[in-house]
Amino acid sequence: MNSDTKHKPTIAVFKFASCDGCQLSLLDAEDELLGVAGAVDIAYFPEATRAMRKGPYDIGLIEGSITTHHDAQRIQELRRQCKTLVTIGACATAGGIQALRNWKDVDEFIRVVYATPQFISTLKLSTPIAEHVPVDFELRGCPINKHHLIELITAMLAGRKPNIPSYSVCLECKRRNNVCITVARGVACLGPVTQAGCGALCPGYDRGCYGCYGPMESPNTTSLANQLHILGQSDAQITRAFRGFNAWSWQFRKTSEEYEHK
Amino acid sequence: MSGRTRTIRVDTLARVEGEGALYIKLAGERVADVKLKIYEPPRFFEAFLRGRHFSEVPDITARICGICPIAYQMSAIHAIERALGTRIDPAVRLLRRLFYCGEWIESHTLHVYMLHAPDFLGYQDVIAMARDHRAVVERALRLKKVGNRIVTLLGGREIHPISAAVGGFYKVPTKQQLRELVEDLEWALDTSLETARWTANLEFPDFEQDYEFVALRHPDEYPFNEGRLVSNRGLDIDAAEYEDHFVEMHVKHSNALHSVVRGRGSYLVGPMARFNLNFDKLPEVARQVAREVKLAVPVKNPFRSIMVRSVEIVFACAEALRIVGEYEPPPTPRVEVPNQAGVGQAITEAPRGILYHRYAMDERGLIIAAKIIPPTSQNQKRIEDDLRDYAVRLMAWPLEEASWKCEQAIRNYDPCISCATHSLKVTVERAEADGV
Repeated sequence: MNSDTKHKPTIAVFKFASCDGCQLSLLDAEDELLGVAGAVDIAYFPEATRAMRKGPYDIGLIEGSITTHHDAQRIQELRRQCKTLVTIGACATAGGIQALRNWKDVDEFIRVVYATPQFISTLKLSTPIAEHVPVDFELRGCPINKHHLIELITAMLAGRKPNIPSYSVCLECKRRNNVCITVARGVACLGPVTQAGCGALCPGYDRGCYGCYGPMESPNTTSLANQLHILGQSDAQITRAFRGFNAWSWQFRKTSEEYEHK
Repeated sequence: MSGRTRTIRVDTLARVEGEGALYIKLAGERVADVKLKIYEPPRFFEAFLRGRHFSEVPDITARICGICPIAYQMSAIHAIERALGTRIDPAVRLLRRLFYCGEWIESHTLHVYMLHAPDFLGYQDVIAMARDHRAVVERALRLKKVGNRIVTLLGGREIHPISAAVGGFYKVPTKQQLRELVEDLEWALDTSLETARWTANLEFPDFEQDYEFVALRHPDEYPFNEGRLVSNRGLDIDAAEYEDHFVEMHVKHSNALHSVVRGRGSYLVGPMARFNLNFDKLPEVARQVAREVKLAVPVKNPFRSIMVRSVEIVFACAEALRIVGEYEPPPTPRVEVPNQAGVGQAITEAPRGILYHRYAMDERGLIIAAKIIPPTSQNQKRIEDDLRDYAVRLMAWPLEEASWKCEQAIRNYDPCISCATHSLKVTVERAEADGV
């Protein structure tokens, strides 16, 4: 967006299969947007600007998962163009909700939605960016936390590591003085295996965490699944609990498959 | 005799949500071909919703669109509640309207100032605009933030909020929490009036179309979640009849499903349709500013949709203030909804227009069929019809300017391409193009 900014790092935002919500987070950072725009050179961000400059770019933010042959090729090219490549959100980092196709017959899916299936070209799997190219940093969340995005950009400008938590939602609950809804009320909650970042939103709103931020660093999903079973959840319910927005992340995948085939 | 051929081509449409491209072929004095290509990959929500429990549906459908997740939660929840015969508390009904006010304020403000206004003022984007109009952009960001504050209070976060549930909300705010919004909302109402006056000073091309406007209409209020579906050409139906009157067509040479009114053709949904069909239901403050800026029903110039959106922000702020003043918390945040079999349809008014959902459930409460028709799929054919008529006027223009004008004509609709789950690689070959 800037032409008078020779020494500012260039940022580019690219979209693959996704809802646009993660890149919208940048426009939703109402207090920081003009500041960010002053500190970096936004070279490619079609959701916000008509001005589109060719690469290479210093920082590439990637939203969305890979679901088509064309996109599988495009990500290779973008990796070459971006000095630092960051995935933003559950689609880019774990395949997203559209990865639910990965356990089904995608041709049947196409027939459900489209009247003339032969025109639709899509891959059988929805996969995260890191299955295709090396990724320098992953921002979790469905959607990402906009403060994480600002922290990431700030850290990159300062040449330091971004300060983003990798512990579980449980810690955030403790910090917020939430009474544990699983212990106190027997509500099924993925908080113990889910990475922090949302601020323990769901338990704060009287419902169990449903895993938007994906698996934390060392999740014991098997133990949690046992607990859910003790709380009275059926195998099908446990399978569905792990088949959400980060279903294709391997820890969640493994547990959902165990319970699916029980 | 067709003279020279020129092509307007925009490979990546900017300032829209999602990915699309534009291709218009001008042959001499006529438009030979119009293609609005949407290359957003399909995500198959309707297919993978099957087998999920109805209580999970609002969280999943929210992910269709990061810009209007509340719309996807509301249409899903209402359709499921209709299927199961759920009666919600009047206070929950009010909170849902307030929730929608928040989404309209933030989504409309985003579009008016950050996505659409730069076209009128000749900027590539809002950041460039901010260099010359800093105060205007700061005002916009603050107004948008008020919308987001409402959404965050009710739903926990702006994007993919987590509190809306079948039967009500997981948690409802206290009276005091809503009261704390008043100061912001009063500022927002004043600012929305300024916004309406500001948009009125923009320059509009002289371009009108003969539209079929389609929107909800409610006997007592400007529509959000309820009402009959009506049009200016005599349509007046319940949501349950939607699929009898609208057809999704798989167009020849195209991978997209286009919605048309059965037996008629393209139609327009969104702010202009709502405004034209429900002007009498707007609060006086919104009607008054509309009169002041000479926005008279029926508005038929799509470029003026930016003014209509501004008037809808006025409405949303006034409505939010009313609700905040009246609110008494419900006895329980949500009613229990037992599993049972059923089929239900609902239409709600997303910022961009009507959003139709239908679900069928089995006796365990598991989804056996889902149907979702987003506003942008419905407007798609109408956008192309506009472009075909509008491009004719741009024959003498330099290509770059003509192409920018066509982009602006697409942005009149605030298209949300990510929403259009059905729409992949739209390629519309007009009849005129057959011989080309």
